[in-house]
Amino acid sequence: MRRIYKDKLSVGLLWLCGLLSLAFLLLVVGYIFVRGVGAISWEFLTAPPRLMGKEGGIWPSIVSTVYLVTLSLLFASPVGVGAAIYFFEYAKNKRVIRYLRFATEILAAVPSILFGLFGFSFFVNFLGLGWSVLSGSLTLALMILPTIQRTAEEALASVPKSYIEGSLALGATRWQTMVQVVLPAATSGIITGIILAVGRSIGETAAVLLTAGSSLATPNSLFSPARSLSVHLFILATEGISNQRAYATSLLLIVLVFLINILANQLRRRLSRRSA
Amino acid sequence: MKRRREKIVFFLALAATISVAAVSLLCIFIIIEGWPLLKNVGFTPFLFGTTWEPSQGKFGILPMVAGTLAVTFGALLLAVPLAVGTALLLSEFAPKRFASFMRPALQLLAGIPSVVYGFFGLVFLIPRLAALFGGSGFSVLAGSIILTIMILPTIASISEDAIRAVPKSYREGSLALGATSWETARRVVLPAARSGIITAILLGLGRALGETMAVLMVTGNVATFPQSPHSPVRTLTGNIALEMGYATGLHRSALFATGIVLFVLIIILTLFANWTRGRAS
Repeated sequence: MRRIYKDKLSVGLLWLCGLLSLAFLLLVVGYIFVRGVGAISWEFLTAPPRLMGKEGGIWPSIVSTVYLVTLSLLFASPVGVGAAIYFFEYAKNKRVIRYLRFATEILAAVPSILFGLFGFSFFVNFLGLGWSVLSGSLTLALMILPTIQRTAEEALASVPKSYIEGSLALGATRWQTMVQVVLPAATSGIITGIILAVGRSIGETAAVLLTAGSSLATPNSLFSPARSLSVHLFILATEGISNQRAYATSLLLIVLVFLINILANQLRRRLSRRSA
Repeated sequence: MKRRREKIVFFLALAATISVAAVSLLCIFIIIEGWPLLKNVGFTPFLFGTTWEPSQGKFGILPMVAGTLAVTFGALLLAVPLAVGTALLLSEFAPKRFASFMRPALQLLAGIPSVVYGFFGLVFLIPRLAALFGGSGFSVLAGSIILTIMILPTIASISEDAIRAVPKSYREGSLALGATSWETARRVVLPAARSGIITAILLGLGRALGETMAVLMVTGNVATFPQSPHSPVRTLTGNIALEMGYATGLHRSALFATGIVLFVLIIILTLFANWTRGRAS
């Protein structure tokens, strides 16, 4: 009898853990939604800020975020996917692979503030790019590179061996097999990784602040400084400029992340349905 | 045709080495920038010095090391039981529908930008902590709670993968011997998934150590040793982010040197995680 009570009690505790985790999510999202939803308007999204962001909108930060995210993807995706293909197809020397992998792992574990320091020292000062969209997106590209590379590697590895064998048996070369069979089959997995990377670059604050600056003007070239949404939120909140605007910006960021998650899940579902 | 392919293979090989190049450059530049401080002040007074007053030429980061450790281990203390409990619930006990709702929810929680968590801590948590315990509310405890929410989904989802990977036959064997479902989960499934769970915890630890903005928004950022969970602290990452905007000369070098310390910590952690993963397989 005592064992059964203990069983029930312990499972009850596990439920407590699970529901508490869920409660955190509902609390954070719910609180910000309730406080922020009233402040989101067409004007807020499309007008430039006035009085350092106390009034007006966040249009320049939306533009900055789009520039930073798009450029960092343009830099990181070909490199990440290219590296994954190389590991999959060509790299045969086990020891070399191990070193290259370890470097990717370190890159994935490096805290974003260190990317910020490096980007500041290397891109902003050493290469003389200044606080700019270009410095910021190059720094972000290094940050998201491991995510893209690792998911692309997994996507390539999950292509069924029979596809490859079938293609080779039909007389295709390894290269034709790679381009026409393996890559198309891995596409949705690769794109899932890229979408997850978008989420990470949207949310990054420290590294962007140190490399793209915090200018409130809308960037008009690669060399203009820029203030992303996350940096804008950070400044609104820590300098006590406007809590109401900060709630609205937070809500916008959460909605973006939510949409990105839905998109990634949709792709993943398509992927698993096909391989099933 | 052949030439073009050689070019592509060359590009692929180049892409594969970018990570190595990036890590090396990152190391080199942070060390170069941090070197003047280590040369002028010395390694021991820097790492073990107890006063951080850049205007007085005092660059001791020990209080920040203590602050980072306090906030991080506080977060682990709260997050590990919650996360592993949640993982165990989802894989062993919860109805399928609840689990398939919880997984994407945790994923969303993991994706929310850290600055949003920091802001939430600032407007929701800080006033409540101040009302409950007195003082300003900016504290080790506030930092730990915010970090807990942030690393919980990471630890939970990776632990769940590890728990799911335990063969069904283990569970069946245990149940057939008359163990209850809890006894099976506790004494058979959890030990079998141990190394995966440790990897999950180490990843969470890495994220907590490196987190910057969310923590600096709620810890108060006073560079002194924490006396209790309610004292304000400054973390290593926060120290860099707070002062990088205006630091020059030796002061700036000191911030890069703080980065070196952080980098070494992360490398040790990654090596350790590799080692446990290697032992598992």
